[in-house]
Amino acid sequence: MFGAKSETAETPEQTAGSKPLGETATAGSTPSPVSAIGRGAKTIDVSDANLYYGDFHAVEDVTMKIEPNKVTALIGSSGCGKTTFLRSLNRMHELTPGGTVKGEIRLDGEDIYGRGIDPVEVRRLIGMVFQAPNPFPTMSIYDNVAAGLNLNAGRMKKPDKDAIVERSLRGAHLWEEVKDRLDKPGSGLSGGQQQRLCIARAIAVEPEVLLMDEPCSALDPVATLAIEDLIGELKNRFTIAIVTHNMQQAARASDITAFFNLEKSGTPGRLIEIGPTEKIFMKPDEKATEDYVSGRFG
Amino acid sequence: MAVARGILPSWAPYGAFAGAALLSAVVLLAAGSFTIALTLVFAVLVSCVGLYAWSRAVEGSRRAKDRVVTLAIASAFGLAMIPLLSLIFEVAKRGIPGLSVEFFTDSARGVVNGGGAAHAILGTLIITGVAVLISVPIGLMAAIYLTEYGTGKLRRALTFFVDVMTGIPSIVAGLFAYALFEIFFGPGIRLGVMGSLALSVLMIPIVIRSAEEVLKIVPNHLREAAYALGTPKWKTITKIVLPTAFAGLVTGVMLATARIVGETAPLLVTTGVIDSINTDPFNGRMQNLAVYAYNEYRSPGVMKQASYDRAWAAALTLIAIVMILNVLARFVYRRYRTEIR
Repeated sequence: MFGAKSETAETPEQTAGSKPLGETATAGSTPSPVSAIGRGAKTIDVSDANLYYGDFHAVEDVTMKIEPNKVTALIGSSGCGKTTFLRSLNRMHELTPGGTVKGEIRLDGEDIYGRGIDPVEVRRLIGMVFQAPNPFPTMSIYDNVAAGLNLNAGRMKKPDKDAIVERSLRGAHLWEEVKDRLDKPGSGLSGGQQQRLCIARAIAVEPEVLLMDEPCSALDPVATLAIEDLIGELKNRFTIAIVTHNMQQAARASDITAFFNLEKSGTPGRLIEIGPTEKIFMKPDEKATEDYVSGRFG
Repeated sequence: MAVARGILPSWAPYGAFAGAALLSAVVLLAAGSFTIALTLVFAVLVSCVGLYAWSRAVEGSRRAKDRVVTLAIASAFGLAMIPLLSLIFEVAKRGIPGLSVEFFTDSARGVVNGGGAAHAILGTLIITGVAVLISVPIGLMAAIYLTEYGTGKLRRALTFFVDVMTGIPSIVAGLFAYALFEIFFGPGIRLGVMGSLALSVLMIPIVIRSAEEVLKIVPNHLREAAYALGTPKWKTITKIVLPTAFAGLVTGVMLATARIVGETAPLLVTTGVIDSINTDPFNGRMQNLAVYAYNEYRSPGVMKQASYDRAWAAALTLIAIVMILNVLARFVYRRYRTEIR
């Protein structure tokens, strides 16, 4: 992480443009197609992904595709590995002690676990919003949104930064509520506002994919609705994968639904079925899926 | 069964204690063996019994037990405060006569009797300051290693040795510093920086311990939020973790400083004794307040009382420095702490 690669990656030219992941490290890697309008949404292709915590096999043989400009919902009972799977998509899983990944996960054709790929760079392209709102307590609202830029994008002119902060806060539907108190601490906002602040922070660095881990589980219904509307808009710019326990939310907000399940506790979670949301909720192929979405089990 | 019961007046515990104290005093006076300490001991015992009986008769046994335990805990707290308050009172009473402008401005150079402690105050500040400069970076980085990087056996071993280091007798730290410098400079070497090094040996484990605790309570989700933005680990630590823990880290360092500022034994064997001001820790002996107080007391001049006064004044100054550090630590903590959820 202290290597020359992550140093060079902090220059604004590189973070601003869409560069293939491994280019600075491995000469032989296939360059991914560069979208004409800067970073566009990208496809994540997962094949035979197996995830482990030490010896514990948490997720088994997942093969699926997360489509660009669509919202993919991951549903399933607690402990079936949805969150673990989501965290493996931007290499956060390996931050947990013992967390390992086998199989291939490709971002527009490029293996994000390939040799010479810097996980830090992967996370720059694939942003994440967490279950509990987690604004940085030492920073103001403005600095929270600009955190990704301040931390990683090198020096930037103030007007440019202002523009990105405003655009991100507008994108997260928070601008009108906080525009007069950008210098106040982010922890002073309500839970729903904090979560939108975290979304603004994630989209400020213009990722290609946005992962959301139960983003509404700590929020009231009104704030939840606001976030769902937001997700509907954000999919025009990003690829979105969202873990949710809320069936209605999956039905309302997603285009594609993937159902995860495990046979009994202690066994690895598996992907049971993936398909258009309507199909999964109306006439799924698998009995387990039907039982789950209709509230029956076993 | 009736729910409503009698209740003692709010002054009951104080009344019981005052009554018991009065009774004990009278009885002890009559017996001819009155002392304040003995009176207090009897007062606590008598008031416990008396309050229990009184409360039980009026309020029932549950409340009676509650009152006795409350009284016992309050007495234990009072007992713990007695040595502290009496120490501060005694040092203030004896130290204030020795304080003068001269005490803070003059050294003891060339004076047979009298002189000040400016050289010792300066020495204490310099020796401690250098010790802080050595200890803080090392302690902080070690704590960062233990919380952010260390894993498995190495981490456990280091934690163990840090714990062992916190228990090192201070004279051993002094002898260590002396032995180290003796290798390079020959026997009899005395330098201010030697004292600083000895104090660092004592201070580093305290800094590591406190910093480690503070860094541990920085919630993991903040680190993850930074990682998810594509932040490298070292930047996450320097820009997110350390600022979040800032108040706690500063408080820990200040308390560790307060802990070492009055050390005497390691400085006796490393910095030596001198009468004049020396501001260069790398050259020659350096006086400090603790050793100054020790010397004024052990070998007073012709005017013994003046020497004793200066020793007490030095002790009072040391306590004042420690108190100032503690107050500053509290202030920094209140002013800069971040609300962490």
